[in-house]
Amino acid sequence: MSDMPLVRTSREEIEVYRFGPVVSVVVPLLALVIQAFVPVKVHAFAVFDLPLLVTIFFAVTRRSQVSGMMTGAIIGLVQDALTHQAIGLYGVAKTVVGYGASSLGVKIDVENPGTRLLVTGGFYLVHQTVYYLVARNILGVAMEWLWARTLLAALLNGLAAIVVFAVLDRFKRST
Amino acid sequence: MENFFSRYRNASLLVLLLVAQVVGLGVQVRRSTETGGTRLIRFWVVSGITPIEKTLVNASHGIRYVWRNYFYLRGVRQENRDLKAQVEQLRIEQVRLSEDAAQAHRLQALLAFKEQFISQTVPAQVIGTSGSDQSHVVYIDKGSNDGIKPDMAVITPDGIVGKVLRVFHSSAQVLLINDSSSGVGAILESSRLQGILQGTAAGETMLKYIMSDEKVATGERVLTSGGDRIFPKGLTIGAVQQTNPGSDLFLNIRIKPAADLSRLEEVLVITKVAETNPKTMELSGSVRAADILAERLPSVPPKPAAASSAAAGKAQPTATKPASGAAPTTKPAVNAAAPSSPHSGSAVTPEASVARSSTKPAGAASLAGTTGAKTTDAASTKPAVAKPVANKPAASGVNKQIHSTGQPAKPAAAPPQPPPPGEDVSR
Repeated sequence: MSDMPLVRTSREEIEVYRFGPVVSVVVPLLALVIQAFVPVKVHAFAVFDLPLLVTIFFAVTRRSQVSGMMTGAIIGLVQDALTHQAIGLYGVAKTVVGYGASSLGVKIDVENPGTRLLVTGGFYLVHQTVYYLVARNILGVAMEWLWARTLLAALLNGLAAIVVFAVLDRFKRST
Repeated sequence: MENFFSRYRNASLLVLLLVAQVVGLGVQVRRSTETGGTRLIRFWVVSGITPIEKTLVNASHGIRYVWRNYFYLRGVRQENRDLKAQVEQLRIEQVRLSEDAAQAHRLQALLAFKEQFISQTVPAQVIGTSGSDQSHVVYIDKGSNDGIKPDMAVITPDGIVGKVLRVFHSSAQVLLINDSSSGVGAILESSRLQGILQGTAAGETMLKYIMSDEKVATGERVLTSGGDRIFPKGLTIGAVQQTNPGSDLFLNIRIKPAADLSRLEEVLVITKVAETNPKTMELSGSVRAADILAERLPSVPPKPAAASSAAAGKAQPTATKPASGAAPTTKPAVNAAAPSSPHSGSAVTPEASVARSSTKPAGAASLAGTTGAKTTDAASTKPAVAKPVANKPAASGVNKQIHSTGQPAKPAAAPPQPPPPGEDVSR
């Protein structure tokens, strides 16, 4: 556990990290490949959203709203291209999440596993809500909002974030 | 104004980014066909990701191949024995089914039906998914270079899987039947009720537009009706899992797909469906179903001369001529007195012997012994002389008459004798 306080009180305390260009490209690409490939073998894996976890991680670590929303938009649009639906659904949802996560990363400590669980679970719900609203109201897609399933998926993604973020922590460099 | 944008630069950028994407979505919804921009994005993404997926799939198959073929060989001998026994059973089944098929061809020819044959398929490997719960699609490793085109049907030996939605050079996107935007013409096998199979957001498959006053049994098989012009008629979709009265005029029928859509590995893409008129050779009367069947059955070894002459004194070998009215032919008494294994389809019981000696009408050819008839010494050594049982109605199962031996047979086309008083005519 980190000894740092959960809430930052001064901008001087905020540590901003950066990533190499290779990591910035390869990690999202790998997340997309794993997300598309693993459900062929393990169908239940589709409950996870690795591209979302990567979006949140980059956003809260870089702590830049512009960078966060652009990362979210690009990852979301690429994810859209793999589906059969219109391109932009995941793009809009992940843009919002990227902006929100980077805004939150400025204010709270995201090194703490408990915080990571809550932040990721919360942003998963935000992501699903935006996706649901856009799909229903703009595209007219018949979708069902299943509370139990969505909350369980949020919890599972939060737990997965603890592991994934710990792995990705190795690639971040202090500015 | 300048101060406002400089002060809320990030928020303005967020709004701009969202508006741009929402406008893009609106444009895609308005245009039914995919435009150049989105097509290009999909092309780049799929071209970038599918080669990695192909490599992963090939690597996993290589490892599995080496493990299964060189290391993990437990139970292979037993499996081989089981498969051999299964082949024997299937051979017997094939003979029986060929009779039914011949009869079906005759009837179809009479009704001038057109038949759809799956004349060409391309096997493909499933290499990826959309990675989303909201989009039930998979990617296969065959594309336009292999002759794949949009709207081709994708199946497995168990049942249908979906249809090709988008085609790239070396891969294709397949929309599964459990996606909410999918629709398949379906028919219930027994009741012949027709409906449309649709997916739900939760990934279930529902049969829709069956009126609520109809009876649909749980477990009833569901087949393709061919009405969608994508799936050939008669392919297995699945079975009825649950039936509930709907809120409107229709039933809510949940279908369990025969193909396991969550564990697809290899699929077949139907690239060519031939539509032909059925063969009409049965109509000519030159070849009968009985003759086809008799050729496929094991023949009787030639009898010794003494036995033949003795038998000739007792029985006059003739062939029962079913319906076709062609010239009578003399055939050996198939199955009679031929010792063989039960699997060969030529096992004989005294009952079967009697059954064979009866004179029956129409298409009276089938296989005795395929439904549990045992080989007995008496049956295997007894000459093929049996009491004729005249005018016994043809059974629809497998124990139908093949040849009579004891008496000159009555032509099958002869008018049936009226039933005795009190006998059930419908029997």
